[in-house]
Amino acid sequence: MDYFVQQLLNGLTLGSVYGLIAIGYTMVYGIIGMINFAHGDVFMVSVFIGLILFLLITSLFGGLAIALALIIVLVAAMALTALWSWTIERVAYRPLRGSFRLAPLISAIGMSIFLVNFVQLVQGPRNKSIPPIIDGSFTLPMIDGNVTVAYKQLLIMGTTVVLLTAFWFIVQKTSLGRAQRACEQDRKMAALLGINVDRTISLTFVMGAALAAVAGVLYLVQYGVVSFADGFVPGVKAFTAAVLGGIGSLPGAVIGGLLIGLIEVLWSAYFSIDYKDVAAFSILAITLIFMPSGILGKPDVEKV
Amino acid sequence: MVGTGKRREPADLQASPGFLGAVKDAGFLALLTFGLSFPLVAFNAYQHLTAGLILEPRWGLVAWACGIAFFARLAWNLFGGYISRGGSAAIGAMSSLGSRTGLSVNHIRWIGLIWLLSYPFLAVALAGPGGALKWIDNFGIQILIYVMLGWGLNIVVGLAGLLDLGYVAFYAVGAYSTALLSTTFGFSFWLCLPLAGIFAAFWGILLGFPVLRLRGDYLAIVTLAFGEIIRLVLINWVDVTGGAAGISGIPRPTFFGIPFNASDEGFAATFGLTFTPLHRLFFLFYLILAMALLTNWITVRLRKLPIGRAWEALREDEIACRSLGIDTVLTKLTAFSIGAMFGGFAGAFFAARLGFISPKSFEFMESAVILSIVVLGGMGSQIGVAIAAIAMIGGTEILRELGFLKALFGPAFDPAQYRMLVFGLAMVGMMVWRPRGLISKREPSIFLREKKAISGALVKEGHG
Repeated sequence: MDYFVQQLLNGLTLGSVYGLIAIGYTMVYGIIGMINFAHGDVFMVSVFIGLILFLLITSLFGGLAIALALIIVLVAAMALTALWSWTIERVAYRPLRGSFRLAPLISAIGMSIFLVNFVQLVQGPRNKSIPPIIDGSFTLPMIDGNVTVAYKQLLIMGTTVVLLTAFWFIVQKTSLGRAQRACEQDRKMAALLGINVDRTISLTFVMGAALAAVAGVLYLVQYGVVSFADGFVPGVKAFTAAVLGGIGSLPGAVIGGLLIGLIEVLWSAYFSIDYKDVAAFSILAITLIFMPSGILGKPDVEKV
Repeated sequence: MVGTGKRREPADLQASPGFLGAVKDAGFLALLTFGLSFPLVAFNAYQHLTAGLILEPRWGLVAWACGIAFFARLAWNLFGGYISRGGSAAIGAMSSLGSRTGLSVNHIRWIGLIWLLSYPFLAVALAGPGGALKWIDNFGIQILIYVMLGWGLNIVVGLAGLLDLGYVAFYAVGAYSTALLSTTFGFSFWLCLPLAGIFAAFWGILLGFPVLRLRGDYLAIVTLAFGEIIRLVLINWVDVTGGAAGISGIPRPTFFGIPFNASDEGFAATFGLTFTPLHRLFFLFYLILAMALLTNWITVRLRKLPIGRAWEALREDEIACRSLGIDTVLTKLTAFSIGAMFGGFAGAFFAARLGFISPKSFEFMESAVILSIVVLGGMGSQIGVAIAAIAMIGGTEILRELGFLKALFGPAFDPAQYRMLVFGLAMVGMMVWRPRGLISKREPSIFLREKKAISGALVKEGHG
C-alpha cells in the first residue's frame, strides 16, 4: 500500500510536468489545427534557460533566498521561452497559413531539428546537472509503512495548480481568451468581426511556451539534469497526454498529463523500467487509432 | 485570404519609409537576437571537474550575432528589393534553362546515368587506388543508400501523400532481419536481401493496417510512435538483438558466391586479378546503384499503373477518391508496404556493407534526414530526391574534407553538428519559400495526346 501511494505521488508529480507541456500542444492544435512538433524542444530550451539563469542568479547574488531566486528564474524563463516560441511561430509557421496541410508539420519538424542541434552546438552534448535546488522531505504515516513526500514534489504540484488556474481564468474570462475561442471556432469569421487573428495565434504560442517554461523549471527542480536531447521524449509524452485528454481541451490536457505520468511511473514500478517509453508510445498509438477524440475532446468532423 | 499572415517583405516596410524605418526594423531584429541568445549563447554552462557547472560568459559571440542580424536586416531593408528581384529572376532563368538549351529531363537523366556508371573508375583515375576508397565508400555508396531510402519514402510521402515519420523502422527491420538470418542460420546475403524486403513489407502491412485510416498529421505521429517502439524493442530485447551493442560479424556480400578476399577462392584469384579492397567497393557501389535504379524504375512504372494513379489521386483529395470508389485503405496500404519494402532492401544492404549494426543507426533523426531529403527534393520528384540526397549527404562529407574550415573555426569544428542544424533550417525554409520543392515543375504521368507540364503550385499536395 505504501509503495503504491508513493508511486502515485511520483506519478502525479511527473504528470504535472507533462500536463503543463501538453497545454501548449492542445492550445495550438485547437486554434490552428497543427501539431507543434517543436514544442517539446521549446520545453528543452526552457530547461536550459532556467538552468543558466539559476546558476547566474545564485552566483551573482549568493545570499539570495532560494524561493526568491526560483521565482525570478521562473518569471524570466517564462518570458525568454515565450520569446523563442513567438519567434518560431513568426518565422516557421505564420508564412505557411494557407499552404498545404502537412506543410506546417514538416516546418515544425525542421524547427525541432534546428532547436536540438542549436542547443547541442552552443551548450555542448554532455548532460548538465546541478545539485538539488530544494532538499528535504517529510514522511506521511500510512497503515503499513511510510510515504516520503519531498518538498519539491509539493512545490511542483502547487505551482501547477496555481498556474493552471491562472491560465484557465485567462482563457475563460478575459477578452484574449474569448478571441482565442472565437479563432478556434472559425478563424475567418473572427477576423471579420475585428479580432486580430495573427496576434491571437501569436499569443497562444506565447502562452503555451510560458507554461512549457514553467514545466521546464519544475523539471529542473525535480531532476536537476538536462541534455540537448531531453525535449523529444517528454514532448512526445506530453503530446500523448494532449491526445489522450482530447486534443483542443485544456482540462483534458491536464487529465491526460496526470494519466500519462501515473501510467509511466506505475509501469516502471510494477512491470519494466526498460519498456516505460514503449508503454507511453503504445498509449499514443492506441489512443489515436481507437479513440482519436480522447477523453474530453469533440469528435472530429470531416468537412468537404 | 483573411487571416493569412504575411511575411515582412521589404515592400511592407514602406509604411515607415526611408532610412530611419529600415534602421528601426533592423534594430528590432538585433534586439530580438539578443533576447534569444541571452542565456543560451551568452553563457556556456560547462562541467568543471570539481566545482560543478561553471558559467563561462561569451558576450563576444552574442555581439557578433546581434551585429550580423542588424546589418543583414538593414542591408535587406535598403537593398532587398533588388536582391529579391534578382533572386526570382535567377530562379526563373534556372527553370527556363532546360527549355532554352534544349536539355530535357530525359537528357539530364542519361548524363546522370553515364556519370554514375563511370563514377568508380573516374574516382580511381583521379584519386588513385588509395584515395578512391574514400570517394567510392563515403561519397558514392553512402549517398546512394540515401537516394534509395529517399526514393522508397518518396512513394509513401511524395506519391501517396502519407507523412511517415517512422520510415527508419523498416530500414531497421531490413537490417536486423539480414543480420539475424545470416548470423544464426548462415543465410547468404543474396537470400537475405529478398527476405529482408519481404519482412519489411510485412511489417509495413502490419503497422499500416490499423493506422492508415487516420488523418495526415495523426498518421505522422503514430508512425513516429511505431518507429520509436521498434527501436526501443531493439535496444531492450538483448537476447535476440544484442541490445545497444548491436550485432556484428554479419557476412559480407559475395559475388554470386565468390567472396571478396585474398584467398584462392576469392574474387581476385578467380578472375586472375591482383587482390585489392577496391573490388569489393566497386561491387558494393554497383550493387546499391542497381538497387536504387530498380527502385526508381519500379516507382516510375507503378505510377503509370492504376494503383499509382490512385496514390496520386489519394494525395490530392482523399474524400473525392472515396466517393469515386477507390479503396483508400488498400491504396494506402500498398504504398506503405512497397515503400517499406524498399526500406528493407536498403537495410539489408546497409547491414551487409558494414558487417555491423546497432540501434544507434536507426534513431528518429535518421527518419528526419530521409524525410528532409524527400521534402527538399520536392515530394514526388524522383530526380529532385536524388539531387537533394547528393546535396545533403555529399555536402556534409565535403564539409568534413575542407581543412580550412577547421583553421577558421578551430580544431573542434565538426561539420556533422552543423549538418543537422542546416537540415532543420532548410526544411523550414523550403516550406516557407518553395513548398513545392526545388524541382517544382511537374510532368504528368498520364496525359491526353500531349504532355503538358504544369507548375507544382497548381497541385494541392506534392506533385503530379
